[in-house]
Amino acid sequence: MTVETLRVLIVDDEPGMRQGASRVLSRHAQTLPDLDVEVRFAVETAADAAEALARLTAAPWDLLLLDYKLPDRTGLEVLDEIRTRGIDVVTVMVTAYASLEVAVSATKNGAFDFLAKPFTPDELKTVVEKAARTVLAHRRALALAEEKRQVRFQFIRVLAHELKAPLGVVDSYLRMVQDRALGDELAAYDRPVERALVRIDGMRRMIVDLLDLTRLESGQKRRDLATVDVVEEARSGLEGVTAAAADRGIALELHAPATLPMQADRGELGIIFNNLLTNAVKYNRDGGRVDLTVRPAGDGGVELEVRDTGVGMAPADVARLFGEFVRIKNEKTKGIEGSGLGLSIMRKLAELYGGSVAVASEPDVGTTFTVTLAAAPQGTEP
Amino acid sequence: MTAGHEHDYAGRTALVVDDDPDVLEQIRLFLERLGFRVLAGESQAEGEALVDGAVPDLCIFDLMMENNDSGFVLSHRMKKKSPQTPVILVTGVAHETGYTFDAATAEMRRWVKADAVLDKDIRFEQLAAEIARLVQQ
Repeated sequence: MTVETLRVLIVDDEPGMRQGASRVLSRHAQTLPDLDVEVRFAVETAADAAEALARLTAAPWDLLLLDYKLPDRTGLEVLDEIRTRGIDVVTVMVTAYASLEVAVSATKNGAFDFLAKPFTPDELKTVVEKAARTVLAHRRALALAEEKRQVRFQFIRVLAHELKAPLGVVDSYLRMVQDRALGDELAAYDRPVERALVRIDGMRRMIVDLLDLTRLESGQKRRDLATVDVVEEARSGLEGVTAAAADRGIALELHAPATLPMQADRGELGIIFNNLLTNAVKYNRDGGRVDLTVRPAGDGGVELEVRDTGVGMAPADVARLFGEFVRIKNEKTKGIEGSGLGLSIMRKLAELYGGSVAVASEPDVGTTFTVTLAAAPQGTEP
Repeated sequence: MTAGHEHDYAGRTALVVDDDPDVLEQIRLFLERLGFRVLAGESQAEGEALVDGAVPDLCIFDLMMENNDSGFVLSHRMKKKSPQTPVILVTGVAHETGYTFDAATAEMRRWVKADAVLDKDIRFEQLAAEIARLVQQ
């Protein structure tokens, strides 16, 4: 259980009230088991509106116990001022003149709650507990937003790095040509030019992947749901990697029923098959094989399994495989190009179908990816 | 790549390790034009084997390969074996992480175990200047 301390300002012109409420709250520790938090209170006091506003402006506060009738201004006027100055504090209005009218206008002016004088220590605690919950919920929302912001920054930093590296390479190759660094034979520049084109192509693929991922995350990708034959999509996915597989003597085999219809977006299925199959070919050994199995899973869903005979992965690599831009770098994978975004995209797509991606791998034996898609896609556009 | 330095370092050996095959190729071509014989490795593992098998006149190591500190590891291994062999670390890390280090002071050189640190966007004139400073012609 974590301890969180709330800063409380008690504003009242009666010294007895200030001291009494202050003593109760200072000694009070409010446990909120559902939030796994113990709340304590750091209490300070002010005797009039001017002092209260000065303190509210000088430092951040979580909770304000504000007396309605102050010598210089009314509590409502103070509330007004708090709103005008954009001060972020949860306010409980305290008054001896407990009229409905005052309560309503206090609430309208941004007060969170209302406490009638005289009140017992328990009444004070009850009101403060309610307010504390609001403060904590607010704090957590802020912390979550900040965490998301940091994840975003980290993503952009890595992305910048991933795009800057090939740019530097292309730049250096072009300078070699510009400076005739390899002599006057034109043929000597064939390889630098070819490599520059390969790296530019890699950057283009990364940008395409990035746009896919951004559309998926923002939920703006238009989904075109229809009855699709998953087996047909599997065949067309295999066709897409046939040439690359043939180059390296890798056998491709489909194990599937004649047809297997499901509600899906064809483009999404295409991306899933393409990612699964290109990985299975890229990370395979020459003369290896790729087995694609498509089978029905309970309740009209499907299971897609791609088994390769490739380099495989150590458990530590499997654990970090789904991170964005993560590419497993070792002796066996050197020279293999990729954005490191394919699996992130695949997993987000599977989630759109209420599905999941599982991976099992053994070094030097191979890797099996299993994608499960449920029948009724979620997040359907109206 | 500036011309005019050809064969200045004839008979010298350089060890270059970088997991980007194109960066490795570019540095190799550049060093060969300066007259170096070049030993090239594409990973920390390959680099470790090369470090153990040679005493080169110059080392250029990429910092982040299989591990985030691959270049440090290679550097340390080289300096332990042959403290006088100059090591240049190439890194893209400083800009992306805001984490900065260099080899400007003796203290930093001891810590990073390298004689110079260059940004990953290699400026070959700058590399030539560092080599001129660190390797006797």
